[in-house]
Amino acid sequence: MPGSASYAILLLGTLLEALVVVCAVRRKVLKKYFVLNLYMLLCVFVSLGRYHILTHDGGVKSITYRYFYFYSDALLTIILYFGLISLYVSVFEEMKVERYLRIGAIVLLAGTSWFSYAVVSQSSHRMLTYFAFELSQNLYFVGLVLTYVLWAAVLKMRHTQALLVQLVLSLGIYFSAYAASYSLSNLHPTFYSYVAYMVPVIGCLLPMSWAYAFWRVPDEARLSPQRLAMAGSR
Amino acid sequence: MIAAIILVCSLAFFLQFFVPYCRSVIASSTGHVLSLEVQDVTGISEQAAGDDFARVMQLLMLCPDRPEDRSEIRAIGLYYRILNAVKTTVARLAPSLMAWAEKERGRCTYFAAVALDRRVAFSRDLLAQQIEA
Repeated sequence: MPGSASYAILLLGTLLEALVVVCAVRRKVLKKYFVLNLYMLLCVFVSLGRYHILTHDGGVKSITYRYFYFYSDALLTIILYFGLISLYVSVFEEMKVERYLRIGAIVLLAGTSWFSYAVVSQSSHRMLTYFAFELSQNLYFVGLVLTYVLWAAVLKMRHTQALLVQLVLSLGIYFSAYAASYSLSNLHPTFYSYVAYMVPVIGCLLPMSWAYAFWRVPDEARLSPQRLAMAGSR
Repeated sequence: MIAAIILVCSLAFFLQFFVPYCRSVIASSTGHVLSLEVQDVTGISEQAAGDDFARVMQLLMLCPDRPEDRSEIRAIGLYYRILNAVKTTVARLAPSLMAWAEKERGRCTYFAAVALDRRVAFSRDLLAQQIEA
């Protein structure tokens, strides 16, 4: 069973995820950022499901929890991937390339799934579970690269919408923190125990920053992304 | 080896996103004019010195907590620590980076002073509401 600190982080994360949706509704941007809010809403249900399994079905070491954790994580990662694509659609809105972006996103997802399958099929008996884990992990890296490309596009196209800029940057922080934690756990087995504590905290970063963005940054607020970029900035 | 490369790349990506994110949070406070009380207490009117950050943060911690600014204060606190690390290490080799780090530390301090101002106003409103009730 996880300690009270783990329960507290799970509760905090769930409250923040719900807060994101509440803030989006309050700011009337739910429709505009529908996939992002759908992701947060699903996160709330998944967190409740995890809590139920933790308290009723044998805790964190139970098979039920492990299956639920990896399958739900894969599902959430796919939804978040489409959330990222919806941000691409917002950034490239004026270029009318929505259809091509969606096709490209599906092709990339199919490619990542095929790659994950190819990796897992060589080395595993419990293929479906490992496939879910591998897909989730690979999608985090794909998401990180796509977010970096999106940030570069925001800078290049001089997109000034403050809310969108903050959503993109928050996503970048989240993906890169996860990627760092995954690679740290792969670096040496001793790091795994530290990573196990880091992951739930990292999980709180995205809802925290999105809740802040929906709460405090008005939809019409503008800022210059070039001035935010590190090199030579004032 | 590959894991180490991915780790370094991820940390570089993290900084690439984290620094602009913090700057975007700080940017929201740059237009704020500090109240006279906060100017008196902190000694900051327009420009703030990076070294005053810890002192302003101590004053900030004396005020009642506002849940809505907690996460941004933490993020800027982490950003300030990263800037300190940059200032004491790599910035010694590059004067332009030193100047940039110093300027950013000053902006962090100004952000903390704005947060203090907002907390003071929040406490005042809270007190007024309690008196009315």
